[in-house]
Amino acid sequence: MVEPRMTQPAPAKALAADTKPWRDPGAEPFISIRGITKRFGVFTAVDDVSLDIFRGELFCLLGGSGCGKSTLLRMLAGFEVPTEGQVLIDGQDMSGVPPDKRPTNMMFQSYALFPHMTVEKNVAYGLLREGKPKREAYARVAEMLKLVKLEAFARRKPHQLSGGQRQRVALARSLIKQPKLLLLDEPLGALDKKLREETQFELIRIQETLGVTFIVVTHDQDEAMTLATRIGVMDEGKIRQVGEPREIYEEPNSKFVADFIGSVNLFEGQVDTAAPDLMRIRTEEAGPLVTLPRPGLNRNQQVWIALRPERIGLSRARPENTANVVPGVVQEVGYMGHMSNFRVKLESGRVIRVTQSSQLRDEDPISWDEPVFASWSPSAARVLTE
Amino acid sequence: MSAVTESAAWRGSARVLGWLGISGRTLVIAVPMLWFLVFFLVPFFVLGRISLAEVIIARPPYTPLFERGPEGELEIIAGLQNYRFLFEDALYRNAYFSSIRIAVISTVFALLIGYPIAYYIARSPEPRRSILLLMVILPFWTSFLLRVYAWMGFLRREGVINNMLMSMGVIDTPLVMLQTDFAVLIGIVYTYLPFMILPLYANLTKLDDAHLEAAADLGASPMVTFFTVTLPLSMPGIIAGSMLVFIPAIGEYVIPALLGGPDTLMIGRVLWDEFFSSRDWPVASAVAIVMLVLVVAPIMWLQSIQNRRELD
Amino acid sequence: MGRGWFLPMAVVAGFVFLYAPIISLVVFSFNESRLVTVWGGFSTRWYGELIRDRQILGAAWISLQVAFASATVATVIGTLAAFVLTRFGSFRGRLLLTGMATAPLVMPEVITGLSLLLLFVSMELTLGWPAGRGLTTIIIAHTTFCAAFVAVIAQSRLRDMDESLEEAARDLGAGPVRVFFDITLPVIAPALVAGWLLAFTLSLDDLVIASFVSGPGASTLPMVIFSKVRLGVSPDVNALATIIIGIVTVSVIIAGVLMRRRAARGG
Repeated sequence: MVEPRMTQPAPAKALAADTKPWRDPGAEPFISIRGITKRFGVFTAVDDVSLDIFRGELFCLLGGSGCGKSTLLRMLAGFEVPTEGQVLIDGQDMSGVPPDKRPTNMMFQSYALFPHMTVEKNVAYGLLREGKPKREAYARVAEMLKLVKLEAFARRKPHQLSGGQRQRVALARSLIKQPKLLLLDEPLGALDKKLREETQFELIRIQETLGVTFIVVTHDQDEAMTLATRIGVMDEGKIRQVGEPREIYEEPNSKFVADFIGSVNLFEGQVDTAAPDLMRIRTEEAGPLVTLPRPGLNRNQQVWIALRPERIGLSRARPENTANVVPGVVQEVGYMGHMSNFRVKLESGRVIRVTQSSQLRDEDPISWDEPVFASWSPSAARVLTE
Repeated sequence: MSAVTESAAWRGSARVLGWLGISGRTLVIAVPMLWFLVFFLVPFFVLGRISLAEVIIARPPYTPLFERGPEGELEIIAGLQNYRFLFEDALYRNAYFSSIRIAVISTVFALLIGYPIAYYIARSPEPRRSILLLMVILPFWTSFLLRVYAWMGFLRREGVINNMLMSMGVIDTPLVMLQTDFAVLIGIVYTYLPFMILPLYANLTKLDDAHLEAAADLGASPMVTFFTVTLPLSMPGIIAGSMLVFIPAIGEYVIPALLGGPDTLMIGRVLWDEFFSSRDWPVASAVAIVMLVLVVAPIMWLQSIQNRRELD
Repeated sequence: MGRGWFLPMAVVAGFVFLYAPIISLVVFSFNESRLVTVWGGFSTRWYGELIRDRQILGAAWISLQVAFASATVATVIGTLAAFVLTRFGSFRGRLLLTGMATAPLVMPEVITGLSLLLLFVSMELTLGWPAGRGLTTIIIAHTTFCAAFVAVIAQSRLRDMDESLEEAARDLGAGPVRVFFDITLPVIAPALVAGWLLAFTLSLDDLVIASFVSGPGASTLPMVIFSKVRLGVSPDVNALATIIIGIVTVSVIIAGVLMRRRAARGG
């Protein structure tokens, strides 16, 4: 039902549309955000955002601090009233519906565990407000605590738990009412790196078990890449690109997205000629370069070439049969163990970043001040127009 | 997802209120708003109104502001005569100036005594810091009146200080300390010292050690660091503390009444006597209004500091 | 640099200044002699006289009643004011309420006392209420300035409180009233207890405002003490002071220890 999100070289087009409903133009969205804007005084936090999210998705809103992702989430939860636009959840207009009457629940960045209540009471709170009989409610709480592996801690107060345990209580509490939509604000932000990686997969397991739609706000791109069915990259209140993790990384639609996700070398240039199978682009910093053609470009149009550092090869001898070869001198080497980062100064003076994985033990690695050739195939780069 | 969250009674009353066009929110605002309006703000208007009346021997002892004339027309008999009286009579003028002088001097002394204490506490490690802070607050929780009374025993002719100095042979005849302006100053500094220390302390604890280290690193001696970094940064605390001493000191009654002499003129005492001894309510009201004018500016200043702190 | 010895010296001198009068007050309460400041041997006779003094005991009872009632009402009003100011965003009259809830903190007592008395007199003339002055008027007056103190304490606690706690409760289906009683109130409860205690002490302590707004037969303890000490020092007042200081010291130390333990547990 829910597709595995590990980035694997899956033949994208072969997958059926029902596991990726966003590829089906006729699919009915579960959450429909329509032209939503939020202004605080003169400041526009969210600027005319429209977005469709489908049932069972784990959608990540990714962006830096102050990009409006949290405000967007809070509008879905009902804590902020949109200045313009509307939100539909399962076909129902949410305008004017207060947070306590919405079919959504939220997991807060600070977890917001009630400090004066035990774990059990925290988790039961939502059910009791629904008017569930106590016995039934606490039976459900026990089940939920089992799911998050906290049965033994039911009677503890939040301050007696570790950070990871608190995080799981917060998750259990927000899931207990079986919301149609769970909103998670930086759910892993307060955990340390190792725990965060374990918890990511735990989160996916729970989401798949319960089949709830998740919207996750995060500033951590690795987290978004691992968790998400789709990612929405936000900046200055606008959604810059929506796509599957692979698309966002491999086919960024703008310099901003290319630069925001991972690291990238950008070359400014003009279209020279577009042959049927290859395109030539003039750049000042790296001379003429060859890329795969992109339709809809005119001659002399201003473009940018985005090139990931790991797609560039480095060699002492000029490689044969490679379309793009640029000579340079190694300026810096950063040895990381599983890979090495190089900064190579091209003849134009431009410095590019190159990453080489340590697949083979190299007895004579490329070092400082060595003249080298950087090379890449036409398909390694992506041509951007904005 | 039906949310049965509120009881039927609550929903019922909510409906009635909604029908009257009053939301729960308005109701919650209204309670404190009305209380403070009626018992804090309105009294000032009453005060202002009565300060324009004239004293008579009656209950209440002041004239109405309007009276029906013989033909039923409305006559205004309000006037500024009480204020004119205040400005013409040297007693009141001197009382105002003397109050300001005493309040300023005691504020300065409270600052000089309070600053080192606040600084020392703020720089102390736990648990010493908490204990010292508690020791500053402790006298504040004991009776104000009794603390002033304690100084009566200290400063008397045959009081603790005179007895000590005489037995040590420093003086032959007892010093006259009680019933002087000096005693009033001591009393004010003493009772309001915690008000000076606490805001200073709150300000100085926020002072980042890195600032001081940076100054030292850049070659400033501890003394220079204090005057160029610590002191300017603690200015909001100094102002807040000073206002918290100055404002109540201006209107102080108990301290001049117990520690001051017959010639210690303070405006709070004049107001009290005008009210309780002369039973001249209109003049007492006028005295209060003029005092209010004196303290409004410092109050506003204090408030603006408080607001700025909220924004931080 | 001279600061090495200057600072500790200044601090010690400051604390001597703060505590010497209080200590002498306590010491001379056990003095046999009527002359408060001349030692005439150890005795507890002034405590005996104090217990037999009906006037003081009656006034103490009145003061306790007033303090209890005004601290309680002030806690309700102060908490509401603080809640409205920290949680309701902007509304009409917000600035007015901010001013009215802080100005009583620093308003000179003679002004507050006189203006409230004049209000009560005018209200009696026009509305017929309050009939005369006494307990009720003192309680109203004390409630007003105590509410301002409670509001300050409650506001700072509400500001420190993580607002997402309240949002989480809303999110889980609780209405605004329910959230206030289920979440906000329990979380800020320690601050409200502190506020109540402060209000209680301030009310017990007040002489000036009570003198203005009280009527015959409603003399509070400070009013009685004041009329006694005005005539000069008197040893039974020392005894009374010692008892009050003892109670306050013990309760402040207990409160301090409890708070530290709480902080250690919660931190």
